[in-house]
Amino acid sequence: MAGIWIIAERRANAVTEGTLEAIGAGRVVSGNLKTELTTVILGNGPDSLPANCSDAGTDNVYLLDNPLLSQYTSDAYIAALQHLIKLHSPALILIPSTCNGRDLAPKLAGRLKTAYIPDVSQIEFADNEIIFHRPIYGGRLLSQVTCRGEKPWITTLRPRAFEKAGAVKNGARVENHIASLSRDSIRTIVKGIKKTQKGLGLTEADIIVSGGRGMKGAENFKMLEELAGILGGVVGASGAAVDAGWMPHSAQVGQTGKVVSPKLYIACGISGAPQHLAGMSTSKCIVAINKDPEAPILQWADYGIVGDLFEIVPMLIEALNTTT
Amino acid sequence: MTVRKITIAFAPLGPSLPGKAYGEHPVHSPFDRTCIHCYTFPMNILVFIKQVPDTAIGLKINAEGMDIAYQDIPWVINPYDEYAVEEALLIKEKFGGNVTVVSMGHDKAAEIIRSSLAMGADEGVHLNDAIFEGSDAYSTALILSRAARLLGYDIILCGKNAVDNGWGEVGAAQAEILNIPCVSSILKLDISEDKKYAIASREIDEGLEMIQAPLPALFTLQQGINKPRYASLPGIMRAKKKEIRVLDAGALNIQPQDVGRNASRISIKRLAYPPARKKGKLLQGDSQTEVKELIALLTKEAKVI
Repeated sequence: MAGIWIIAERRANAVTEGTLEAIGAGRVVSGNLKTELTTVILGNGPDSLPANCSDAGTDNVYLLDNPLLSQYTSDAYIAALQHLIKLHSPALILIPSTCNGRDLAPKLAGRLKTAYIPDVSQIEFADNEIIFHRPIYGGRLLSQVTCRGEKPWITTLRPRAFEKAGAVKNGARVENHIASLSRDSIRTIVKGIKKTQKGLGLTEADIIVSGGRGMKGAENFKMLEELAGILGGVVGASGAAVDAGWMPHSAQVGQTGKVVSPKLYIACGISGAPQHLAGMSTSKCIVAINKDPEAPILQWADYGIVGDLFEIVPMLIEALNTTT
Repeated sequence: MTVRKITIAFAPLGPSLPGKAYGEHPVHSPFDRTCIHCYTFPMNILVFIKQVPDTAIGLKINAEGMDIAYQDIPWVINPYDEYAVEEALLIKEKFGGNVTVVSMGHDKAAEIIRSSLAMGADEGVHLNDAIFEGSDAYSTALILSRAARLLGYDIILCGKNAVDNGWGEVGAAQAEILNIPCVSSILKLDISEDKKYAIASREIDEGLEMIQAPLPALFTLQQGINKPRYASLPGIMRAKKKEIRVLDAGALNIQPQDVGRNASRISIKRLAYPPARKKGKLLQGDSQTEVKELIALLTKEAKVI
């Protein structure tokens, strides 16, 4: 079997946590299949090797360099990758399941006419086969699938489902590739970016404080921001709070929003509709604060408090402020 | 319905005609052959929709363990695809044109085609053939792209994924096959006055990215882009009378070896229920005690803060 690839995502001069998780997963796969592991970084400029990538334990790092790759467009990325894939024929490509990853991966698979498996949460090996586990029906069932036919097979990996690759001083072999791209081959133009997410993205945060219908209004989310600030986390919202216009869509956790899996998820005034649970039920520790003792979220919470969040949350802020 | 009348002495034909020259397109519905804008540039809007099991209800795995048990399951239009139908109707209201909804599936899928017609779509097309069954996402995209070529299109809309097994590949792969740009997971869609390009706001991790794409193009829709309308009673009556065009493999020039279970790049080994979470603690006492206990549990037991 030819090599395993990871398509890295960068932020400033580092690869993202999701990329390190993909490298972690890739190390297990390449170890099992006794094949090489390669990280592919697309970008602009020769000094673009992120520090945390060179010693993450991959055998190779391919740098695909072109000014047209400085910003993500699927046309440029696919054209550049297609060239490199032809050259090295990898067997499996792992891509972090971010917005861009989920945009790129199915298009790449569509271009290559090969198998695509999205949102993989576990990889298993049995009888010489790789079995991919992925949640379906909004996380209510797990599907276990294998691929067949032409390679490379392409997968996106669910955030925080895999162990991050620890640093090893193996010194990856770095190969520079100049991607030849023409501006005309890029059909779309990025006109601008509107940032609605402050700091870390929801999917990367260790701690998320989320509010739902029980928050009663946009102004009350300040309180959750304060709590998240003390804990070093970010604020999320349920579909109900987003529909009410209290929080931007980018903050939505759930089947139709972001799927998160933080160390700690604090649900304030969220009843726990299946659509919401689908987005956060794999969190390591769930705390639910709800005035309704029948709220389904309390069945899922590791620690549940039945009470008024407008009383509990300020107390929590005060108590945390005095202890830390 | 208000229609702003515009008088034009000479009505040239042809796609190279810049719409701007005739001023703004009056907002009206439906497509009006006496309107120069509608007549010269009737937008051909294709919407691809899928019928899915209603995920709000409990799901069970069937005896073979490879699929869900379909008995007594209510079927609905994939919610993301419903946004696509609504967006198509909004585009038509603004620019005129023709909205065609297309669905691949069993006989039952005619239901969602009918309900989209009731919302206001002009035509319904049902891709139905026994050899389509078990097709993977790429083969499905192939079938849909053949239908798109047959029907013609200026803009193709569909949901960002289906809520059943949520592959999220069909739209992207279809655009690849048709060799048109695809902007995924969009929350806003603006079409230029001359209908030559569109600017879509795509969801990215940090927020939104505004992308300009030349038409024809395919867009996959995210929740939040619009609020789908309810079908009106006259709409429902009209939809009942409409004929749904059925296209089979022959009509689409699809070869049996390219689609169906045998051509699938994916094979399902089994389905499983996710592992249950261990039972949690419901904290007791007054609020102060609960808060103190919670902090103690989070620091000492769960060790997460």
